[in-house]
Amino acid sequence: MRIAYFIARRIAYAIGLLLAVAVLNFTLIHLAPGDVVETIVGEMGGASTETIAALRKTYGLDKGFFEQLAIYVSRVATGDLGVSTYFNRPVLGLVADRMFATVLLVFTALATAIVAGTFLGITAARRPSSWLGALVTIVALLGFSAPVFWSGLMLLLLFASVWPILPASGMYDIASGATGWAHALDVAHHLVLPAATLAIIYLALYSRLARASMIEVLGSDYVRTARAKGLSENKVVFKHALRNAILPVVTIAGLQFSGMLAGAVLVETVFTWPGMGLLAFEAILRRDTQLILGILLLSALLVIVGNLLTDLAYRLIDPRIRTDG
Amino acid sequence: MRMFGRNAVFAAMLALMPQAFAQKAGGTLVWGTSQVARHFNPAVQSGYATAMVGAQLFSSPLRFDDKWNALPYLAESWSFQDDGKSLLLKLVAGATFHDGKPVTSEDVAFSIMAIKANHPFSSMLAAVERVDTPSPTVAVIRMSQPHPAILLALSPALCPILPTHIFGDGVDLKTHPRNTNPIGSGPYKLAEYKPGEHIILEKFPGFFIKDRPKFDRIIVRIFRDSNALAVAIERKDVHFVPFWSDLALLDRLAKTPGLAVSDKGGEAIGPLNWLAFNTKKKPLDDVRVRQAISYAIDREFITKKLHSGRTRIATGPIAPGTPFYSAAVDPYKADVEKANHLLDQAGLKKGAGGMRAALSVDYLPGGSEQQKNVAEYLKPQLRKIGIDVTVRTSPDFPTWAKRVSSQEFDMTMDAVFNWGDPVIGVHRTYLSSNIRPGVIWSNTQSYSNPEVDDLLARASVERDVPKRRAMYQEFQKVVVEEAPIAFINVLPYFSVYEKNLRNLPTTIWGATAPIDEMYRE
Repeated sequence: MRIAYFIARRIAYAIGLLLAVAVLNFTLIHLAPGDVVETIVGEMGGASTETIAALRKTYGLDKGFFEQLAIYVSRVATGDLGVSTYFNRPVLGLVADRMFATVLLVFTALATAIVAGTFLGITAARRPSSWLGALVTIVALLGFSAPVFWSGLMLLLLFASVWPILPASGMYDIASGATGWAHALDVAHHLVLPAATLAIIYLALYSRLARASMIEVLGSDYVRTARAKGLSENKVVFKHALRNAILPVVTIAGLQFSGMLAGAVLVETVFTWPGMGLLAFEAILRRDTQLILGILLLSALLVIVGNLLTDLAYRLIDPRIRTDG
Repeated sequence: MRMFGRNAVFAAMLALMPQAFAQKAGGTLVWGTSQVARHFNPAVQSGYATAMVGAQLFSSPLRFDDKWNALPYLAESWSFQDDGKSLLLKLVAGATFHDGKPVTSEDVAFSIMAIKANHPFSSMLAAVERVDTPSPTVAVIRMSQPHPAILLALSPALCPILPTHIFGDGVDLKTHPRNTNPIGSGPYKLAEYKPGEHIILEKFPGFFIKDRPKFDRIIVRIFRDSNALAVAIERKDVHFVPFWSDLALLDRLAKTPGLAVSDKGGEAIGPLNWLAFNTKKKPLDDVRVRQAISYAIDREFITKKLHSGRTRIATGPIAPGTPFYSAAVDPYKADVEKANHLLDQAGLKKGAGGMRAALSVDYLPGGSEQQKNVAEYLKPQLRKIGIDVTVRTSPDFPTWAKRVSSQEFDMTMDAVFNWGDPVIGVHRTYLSSNIRPGVIWSNTQSYSNPEVDDLLARASVERDVPKRRAMYQEFQKVVVEEAPIAFINVLPYFSVYEKNLRNLPTTIWGATAPIDEMYRE
C-alpha cells in the first residue's frame, strides 16, 4: 500500500515535471535563429518566397510564439507529439520505432557496467595494495578519461576491421532476413560493440565507487563480527558487505541514467545503431522541432522512470530506507 | 576422338553458359550513403539524396550517356517543332507503373506541370506553357520561347514521371504522404523504408526495358559516420558507395584489396565550392576588395594540401567538364603583393597592427574538409593582406541559412551545384531578378550587373550551341572579373565500389540516374 502510494505520488510529480520540460524545451528551441523550413528549402535547393511562406503556414510557423506554445502543450496533453517536419511522419511512431533499440543498448550497457564494475571494484577492495588493485585503478582511469566516440572508433577498428569478429554497424543484418532466435542472436552480436563502448566509461566509474565503498564497509564492525563468527571470506563479502557497498553504485547508476542516454547519441552515431540517439542527431541537424521536442520529452520520461526504478531498487536492497519520507 | 573432344568442350561450354549469364543478373547490391533523404520524389525536391533513390523508383522521358547525349528512356524518340517552341515525345509502348497501371502521356503532362509548379528550380521549366496529349503515347511540350535546357530538364534526377492516379489527388505535392512511399515506373520498387536507417528496393519485374535491372534487390544503408561507412565497405558489408566525399579516408579505401575508387560520372551535377561575398556591405561593395581577397587565396594550396590533391581548382561559375565551361577567364593566381596593391587602391589603409579591415566568414555546417577547413585557412591567409577574419560557426543548417539569406554576413563558404544546364543551376546565383531576401541559394550576394542579366536572358533561349557557348564564355569572364564570388574548387565526388561490379553509373548524372545496368561479375 505504501509502495502504491509512493508510486502514485511520483507519477503525479512526473506529469508536472514533464509539462515543465515540454514548455522549457519549446522555448529554448524557438530562441535559436532559423527554423525547419530553412532546412527543407535548403535541401530542396532553394525555393520561391511564396513556397517558403506556404511551408511556414503548413507547419504552423506563421503563428506567434505563445499561440504555437499553447497548441503544442494542448496537443502533448492529449498524447499527440505532432508530425516530424523532416520525415513527414508522426513523431510518436518514429520515436517508438527507435525506443526499443536505445533501451536495449542503454540497459545492456548499464547492466554490464554495474555487474562488471562492481565485481572489479570488490576484487580491488579485497586486496587494495595488490597489483590487481592498481590495475583496476589504471583501467578505471583510462576508461573514464577516454571520450566515448574515440573509444567507440577504436573498438570499431579493432574488432570490426583489424580483427573482424564483430559486426561494424547496424542492429541486424538486413540482407539475411533472419527471424526468431536467429534474429535475436544477430541483434545480440551487433549489440556487443556499441554496448561495450557505452559501458566502458561507466564501468570505470562504478568500479572506483564499488572499490571505495567496499573498502569502507569491509572495515566496519558488523563485518568484523561476521569474520569472528568464522564465516568464509566470500560469504562475508558477497552476502554481508556487498548489500551495503552496492548502495552508492545504485544511487549513481540512477543519476547517470540521463548521462547514458546522452552518451547513446554518440555511440549510436558511430555504430549506426538505429536508436533514439541517432534519430535525435538527425532531428537536431535539420531543426526538426517537433521531432526534437518529442525525443526530449520521451527521454525525460525515460529518465523519470529510471529514477523511479532506482528508488524502488534502493528500497529493495535496503528496507531501512524510507523512499516515501 | 578429336570429334568427341570438340563435342565435350562444346558441351562443357553449353553447361557453363547459363552460369555465365546467371552471374550477370540477380543478387543484392548493398549501397552505402551518408545522405538522409526527406522523401523520394524528385519532382518537388532537388539534391542527390532524393535523386539517387528517386531515379530508381521513377522513370523519366530521357536519360543521358557520359558524353552529354540524350538517350531514349520513357520517350523512345523526340523532336523539336515550331522553331524549338514545341517538343514532341513519343512514349514507349507497354510501360507500366509498379501497380500495373499503364504510363500514358497524361501522366507525362501531369508530371511536367507539377514539376513546373513545385520544383525549387523555377527556371527549369519556366518556358513551358502546357503539355498536349494527342494520344496516350504522344506528349507535346508547348513552350513560350525556345528553351535549350529542356532536354536536360527531362533527366531522371529532375523529371520523374508520376502516376496521376496516385499524385493527382489534389493533395499538396510538397507534403504528399506518398512522397515517402511512391509508385513509379522505374527499374526498382520500394519494398521498405525505415527513416534514417535503410531503404530496400526490389526489382520491378514489369520494367519496360527487357532484362533490366540486373540486381534483384538494392539495400541502401544510411551511415552518419564516414569511419563506420569506410569500415563497412572494407568488410564488404557494403558494396557500392556513390558520392563519397571524405578525402581523409579515400587513400585508405583505394589501397584496400578488392575495392576501387573512381571519380567518373556525375559531371552534370557540377558541384562548386566557393567563397561568396556580400556585395552590398562595405568594404566588399568595392570590386577591388573582392578581387584582392580572390588574389590572396592560394587555390593550389587548398587543392593540393588541404584536399590532398583530390580536388580541382574551379575557375568560374560553370563547373569544368560541362559543355559551357570556359577556361578563358583571367584566373586569380595567388599573389599577395597584387592583393595588397588592390587594397591600397581601394583606400583601405593599414591601421594598428597592420590591419585594414575586419570581416567575418561563415561556412555551411557539416562538411569540414570543403567548408570549415577552407574558412579557417582564410584567417591566417587574409591576415597577410591586412584583413582580420573571424570564423563564424553555425551550429546547424537553419542558422547558417538564416544568416546568409538575410544578408547578415560578410563572406561565406558555400557549395552550390550547376545541375546540368546553366539555366537550371547557374543563373539563380547571378540574376539580379533573383535577389530575394529570405531565400537561400538565390542571389544572396546581391550581385547586380545589367550586362550579365542580358547575357543570361539571351543564352537561356539561344538554340545555336556555338552562339550560346560564346554568351556563357562572356558571362564567365565578366563574373570572374567582378568577383561576387571567389571560386575555390570543384567538390570531389568519388565512387567507392567492389572491383567485381560492372557497368557502374558513369553517365553525366552518376548515381542520380537509374542503376539498371550494373551487375556483379
